[in-house]
Amino acid sequence: MTACVLAPLVGGTSISLANVFDRTRPYAENIDAQIFFVARLPRVLAAALVGSALALSGVVFQALLRNPLASPDTLGVSAGASLGAMLAITFNLDVSVFGLSAVPLASFAGSLGALAIVYGLSLVRRSGTSTMVLLLGGVTLTALLSAVMGFVQFVADFTQTFRNVRWMMGSLDVASYSPIAGALLPMALAWTGFATLPRVLDLVSVGSESAAARGVDVVRTERIALVSASLATGAAVSLAGPVAFIGIIVPHLVRLIVGADHRLVLPGSALFGATLLIACDVVARTVMAPLELPVGIVTALVGGPVFLWLLFKRR
Amino acid sequence: MKLRLFAALCVALLIGHVAGRAAQRSTSSAVPRRIVSLVPATTEMLFAMGAGNRVIGVGTYDRFPPEVDRLPRLGGLLDPNIEQLIALRPELVIVYDTQADLRRQLERAGIPMWPYSTRDLADVTSTVRALGTRIGLSAEANATADGIEARLKAVQARVAGQRRPRTLLVFGREPGTLREINASGGYGFLHDLLEIAGGTDVLADVKRASVTMSTEMVLARAPEVIVELHYGEEWPASRIAEETRVWSQLSSVPAVRNKRVVLVAGDEFVVPGPRVPVAAERLAAILHPEGAR
Repeated sequence: MTACVLAPLVGGTSISLANVFDRTRPYAENIDAQIFFVARLPRVLAAALVGSALALSGVVFQALLRNPLASPDTLGVSAGASLGAMLAITFNLDVSVFGLSAVPLASFAGSLGALAIVYGLSLVRRSGTSTMVLLLGGVTLTALLSAVMGFVQFVADFTQTFRNVRWMMGSLDVASYSPIAGALLPMALAWTGFATLPRVLDLVSVGSESAAARGVDVVRTERIALVSASLATGAAVSLAGPVAFIGIIVPHLVRLIVGADHRLVLPGSALFGATLLIACDVVARTVMAPLELPVGIVTALVGGPVFLWLLFKRR
Repeated sequence: MKLRLFAALCVALLIGHVAGRAAQRSTSSAVPRRIVSLVPATTEMLFAMGAGNRVIGVGTYDRFPPEVDRLPRLGGLLDPNIEQLIALRPELVIVYDTQADLRRQLERAGIPMWPYSTRDLADVTSTVRALGTRIGLSAEANATADGIEARLKAVQARVAGQRRPRTLLVFGREPGTLREINASGGYGFLHDLLEIAGGTDVLADVKRASVTMSTEMVLARAPEVIVELHYGEEWPASRIAEETRVWSQLSSVPAVRNKRVVLVAGDEFVVPGPRVPVAAERLAAILHPEGAR
């Protein structure tokens, strides 16, 4: 919360709050107000949404797949979203719906495509098959989609390749509120799904047999978890690009602080993910001002060492 | 002892080999009649200095002059087709300075080459002159270069003394939104063109050829004119109007408030070749509409 309030005040240019809320000056001429409302506030909101969505998905995937290395990227949803965005950039796709431009739309469509494949995998999966199947399926799907992305890059021309690469680095400069509003719908659905999960995830993460023995409908829980986490990931990636590491380190850090109880881990991760991404974005836009670093670079540079430290500290 | 003799022999052979290669190159490259240019800028230069009939192959992105459409396309910066290139038996290949692999392959095949690099607007005419000298058309090349310089000077003279609007030169962004705005920074031929056309570059202090801008940066720099370059596919007027409207949410920017956001199409803005005066004239007409004829 504090980060949400403070972050819009920090940036490459200095603005004065008094000017921002100065009613005597018309909005159209008030540069400070426009920097605040057009450039910074949407970014902070986007960072909060994306950070919490990725962190929540990370928690759910790690519990579901019973694998500490699982992340929102593991099942290929993120790769699907990336492929969608690349296709839109490379083939100059030109559609817009409700003020949403082609790239985020195509990206979200890509994530839904990947979600459909993953969901198909989970339907085939019967009780008795290990989560390993889902995990391997996801890894294979990611590799496959990466190969297609490589091909798209190959046929793209110079400026398109440049834009593709930039998109892959992640950026929160959403420049208006409509992409945020667009992402809110799938995220709201996902959060509704997440809200049903805390107690059963505790049981499922121990093992599906013991969860079933305690009366949990394991198959149903897994599907809700899978679809919610994938929706949230798809919405997040289509809003800001594939922002690295938030989805994998935040759940671990939060578990270190509050323990393994998902009733605490889920909300804790949402808050911490939001805060961390807002903070990383503040770093991204100030450290080289007036130039801005893509936020994905900051999260990876900060996240990588922290995660390594975590891994070796546990041994 | 034996070993040392062997080494000496090797060195001698190597020197002989290199010398032979060099001799072969210098004789075969006296006046090249069959030229391949993989760089749009140099292709245009060759045609401008009257060597168009010697061009036997071009790159993927060559669009001007229209004659290039009849010529075989041999790939671009990243994907030159070396087999097709050698099969054309060129006597000179103009390559990008950074195409290290291609340069190595051409060297191995004994095909003379001319590495091209560019940094700013002054490089356009110096490249024309150097290229002319290389292909034995010094006089023609000098005349072409003089013509370019004279036209640029004329533009400069026309806008001299007029107020120089603070201008942002955008050459790319995500269509339909203000995300990933790429603008010309404080050096490079676009920056130089802007200065000649009578504008003040709002990014003059950022010493890079291209700058990715956030909306915050656009708001803070408050340009009086925004010129957005558009190239490649053709856009209908409705699309141009739509893309211009995208800027309207930044209404505190003087360019937006005073309706001085201009989308211009034309690849003369992205090719640092002999058409740079055309680009300068068009920019000057946008920045100084009152003086335009």
